[in-house]
Amino acid sequence: MSKVNLGVNVGGLQMPNPVTTASGTFGSGLEMTEYVDLSRLGAITVKGTTLEPRPGNLQPRCAETPAGMLNSIGLENPGVEVFVKETLPKVAEYGSPIVVNIAGKDIEDYGKVAAILEKEDAVHALEVNVSCPNVKNGGMALGTNPDLVKETAEVVKANTTKPVIMKLSPNVTDIVEVANAAKAGGADGLTLINCLLGMAVDIRTKKPILGNVVGGLSGPAIKPVALRMVYQVHKAVDLPIIGLGGITCWQDAVEFLLAGATAVSIGTANFIDPTVTMKVIDGIEQYLIDNGYNDVHDIIGLAAK
Amino acid sequence: MLETGKVLLNEKVGKDIWRMELKCPWIAKKAKPGQFVNVRVKDVAEPLLRRPISLHGIDDANGIISLLYLVVGRGTEMMTHMENGDSIDLLGPLGNGFSTFFHGRRAVIVAGGIGSAPFYPLMEALRKKDKQIKMIYGARDEESLACLDLYEEEGVEMILVTEDGSVGEKGFVTNPLDRLLGEEGADFVYACGPEAMLKAVEGVVEKYHLKGEVSTEARMGCGLGVCLSCSKKAKDGKNRKCCQDGPVFAMGVMDYE
Repeated sequence: MSKVNLGVNVGGLQMPNPVTTASGTFGSGLEMTEYVDLSRLGAITVKGTTLEPRPGNLQPRCAETPAGMLNSIGLENPGVEVFVKETLPKVAEYGSPIVVNIAGKDIEDYGKVAAILEKEDAVHALEVNVSCPNVKNGGMALGTNPDLVKETAEVVKANTTKPVIMKLSPNVTDIVEVANAAKAGGADGLTLINCLLGMAVDIRTKKPILGNVVGGLSGPAIKPVALRMVYQVHKAVDLPIIGLGGITCWQDAVEFLLAGATAVSIGTANFIDPTVTMKVIDGIEQYLIDNGYNDVHDIIGLAAK
Repeated sequence: MLETGKVLLNEKVGKDIWRMELKCPWIAKKAKPGQFVNVRVKDVAEPLLRRPISLHGIDDANGIISLLYLVVGRGTEMMTHMENGDSIDLLGPLGNGFSTFFHGRRAVIVAGGIGSAPFYPLMEALRKKDKQIKMIYGARDEESLACLDLYEEEGVEMILVTEDGSVGEKGFVTNPLDRLLGEEGADFVYACGPEAMLKAVEGVVEKYHLKGEVSTEARMGCGLGVCLSCSKKAKDGKNRKCCQDGPVFAMGVMDYE
């Protein structure tokens, strides 16, 4: 038994602790069982799923940048039907809440994927990816337009009874406007932030490094931007937030909680230390004990008061 | 698994090529030829990611592995400054490794540049199975051929090839490979090197209706099969993750562009 309450609720998604995994950095979780006790995670957020299988983008798909990395994977995945049949039952055996990240080439697609997942009891919530910087249609093209964010949220909500968490793009001028649009569309929670759009050039070949030219920047480099957006949205919009962007240790996670996130998500750091999620859970608990709190809610948004 | 290795030796063995020996008993016990480790050079935000590096030596009895690495960027440059006794954070062994089960005895190994790295432990494994080994080792120039003494000690029959003709045959590895397979044949061919070389080698091997394996490389994010950075197209239309499905693939599987 935990000495303090770590449990949180993100718009109906009940998590035993506030730590989940960033979609696309943790596979389905099954790849990580050598390093992580999946049953200890607050939730497992799985790789983005689409209606049809997607082969992903051209090589090279990643490049290292100062304190971060660029990726342009392009939502490679076997499609929602294969995910539901082959992967989901195995992940469900670990007992942690499962959040399925969904994406589509148009808004109608999002509704169809949501409808398919609605039938699956093992799915606890949908995270709606309107922020992938690496696909031509859907993704960020939706997420940078508040009207389309609202419409996407409405279509997904119409096709599911599960909590709908909109994962927003930081590549906008006013994140609060987009967050409000998600709320108006019926979203139950928000995930902030997806990758920042970036680029790297190879001075030897004199060409962009990524096959897709541009890609999503993640890692410690984006943490200040992510924290700022979590803070702004927490102040202005009454929706629970899953905060992420450059979290590599429990101290980073506590910063996000203080800035107003109800839960946190670990992304790029999984690549460097695959055991990091476990350390962050333990670290948050110890921080609460050391500071005389008995409930994680006691610190959520303290820096925004 | 994560293991902290202790540097036992870190020396320059060719043009921008270094060899590091590390004490890390768990990885040495588990590893097989063709696998790699993902190296965290330093616990800093830059360089952030680990560096995937082939196992160039596996000494289970003494708990030692060695890495042969080409200095190509900041991470590998930082590795050259590591000294005996320094600790280094390793993730591995990763990937699938070479198969040593093939019908017949005659193995031909084709290495291009730093692609020679995984072949020393493979040779040791093949020797234990009483296979005969011939190696074609090509590089840009003489200085880019590393650790020739190791193969000499093993008594491996070597054909050296350089692009500038500074040592051995002038040209590319495919010329002597074509000749060797045409004149003597072989039972299995292994290759590791740049993608263009692998494609050409597979072409020659196919011409003689032989089988073999290639060890591929890609920019990797995780090495664990979760980020899909190293996912590449195969001829069956599906993708393969270089880090987890590979880095070794049967010849004829991958679709080189």
